[in-house]
Amino acid sequence: MPIVKSLRVIGRRTVNSVWRLGYASRFFMLTLFYSGASFRRFHLTVKEMFSSGVMSLIIILVAGMFVGMVLGLQGYETLKRYGSESALGSLVALSLVRELGPVLAALLFASRAGSAMTAEIGLMKATEQIAAMEMMAVNPISRVIAPRFWAGVISMPLLSALFSAMGVFGGYVVGVVLIGVDEGSFWSQMQSAVDFQHDVMNGVIKSFVFGVAVTVIALFEGFDAPPTAEGVSGATTRTVVQSSLAILILDFILTAFMFRGE
Amino acid sequence: MERTTVDLWVGAFVVAGIAALVVLALKVGNLSTYNVSETYQLQAYFTNVGGLKPTASVRSAGVLVGRVTEIKLDTERYEARVTMSVDKRYQFPRDTFANIQTAGLLGENYIGLMPGGDSAMLKNGEIFKQTQSAMVLEDLISKFIYGTSEKSK
Repeated sequence: MPIVKSLRVIGRRTVNSVWRLGYASRFFMLTLFYSGASFRRFHLTVKEMFSSGVMSLIIILVAGMFVGMVLGLQGYETLKRYGSESALGSLVALSLVRELGPVLAALLFASRAGSAMTAEIGLMKATEQIAAMEMMAVNPISRVIAPRFWAGVISMPLLSALFSAMGVFGGYVVGVVLIGVDEGSFWSQMQSAVDFQHDVMNGVIKSFVFGVAVTVIALFEGFDAPPTAEGVSGATTRTVVQSSLAILILDFILTAFMFRGE
Repeated sequence: MERTTVDLWVGAFVVAGIAALVVLALKVGNLSTYNVSETYQLQAYFTNVGGLKPTASVRSAGVLVGRVTEIKLDTERYEARVTMSVDKRYQFPRDTFANIQTAGLLGENYIGLMPGGDSAMLKNGEIFKQTQSAMVLEDLISKFIYGTSEKSK
């Protein structure tokens, strides 16, 4: 009976994904519970911030610069029709600070640092390093997982702020230096349009949420990966796919809460 | 525990990130234009506030002197009650006019204060006696259209 068979497959998949979700929630709570060591022995977290935050700097800065330059060009082309080129500054800054900075920085972070985290932890599990730690009565969550989690959560808002600042600079280079929009109106329109509380801080909150989501997904996929070469590669793929989707979905939810179009 | 080059890099990364946030706050955002000085509250009633919103600026002679903090409908008078906080350095006479004005043709609404000649000054919580509501462009246009069409009959 093919109908019964397909129903069985759907049922098994549903139960499996709910099971995994529950396991992931427990994993997240355990990570929070055992995070004491990552602050008491802060050098563990610092080391992970180097590999996830500092090593992502180049891609974040270059990407931010080019996104800002593209915004400058495209924005100028559109605004020119309405004779309001002077609003270029507020267009570039608002779109970067509110949306593009947090979202693109998080997407880049997920593919640059998240995938590396998953592969590293998946391999640690495949080579039984995690089991060895448990044998030595070292809690792998507090020694391996929590420092990486906090490193990602701390790095993400900083990376997103750097992305936005570089983007504004890129927009300035294209808009003011190359095209010749008036410098004074570029900055003054930007400053009158961007509100610190409403725009900058909401962007920081967004990137913080994305940081939590990306690192939890990356660490859980690594921790839950089947201990084979195929399993680790599948987990790495799932990390990038799921965290990208999570970032975009969370972005819609957060935007709906923050900017209700009042 | 020794200092390592990793610490230096992470320190530089954190400093750069915080510097970027400060740049966003001061150069890109309007944190530098917020006055941290003390303020006092003034109120005004308008029959129509138009597009006025909280955090809109309050200006006198074009100079920013305060911000709108709250807009509510007063159900006793069926008028909008606008509360604004004004910098303590600026005192205004009791017969000051409060107008809702528009920056440019399609710009934001703000409150313009035109001081009168009274020697007594407005105190915290007091109300502007004379106000002028927002100019609603659609009303003006319809008045113009229907006004002229009636005349031509």
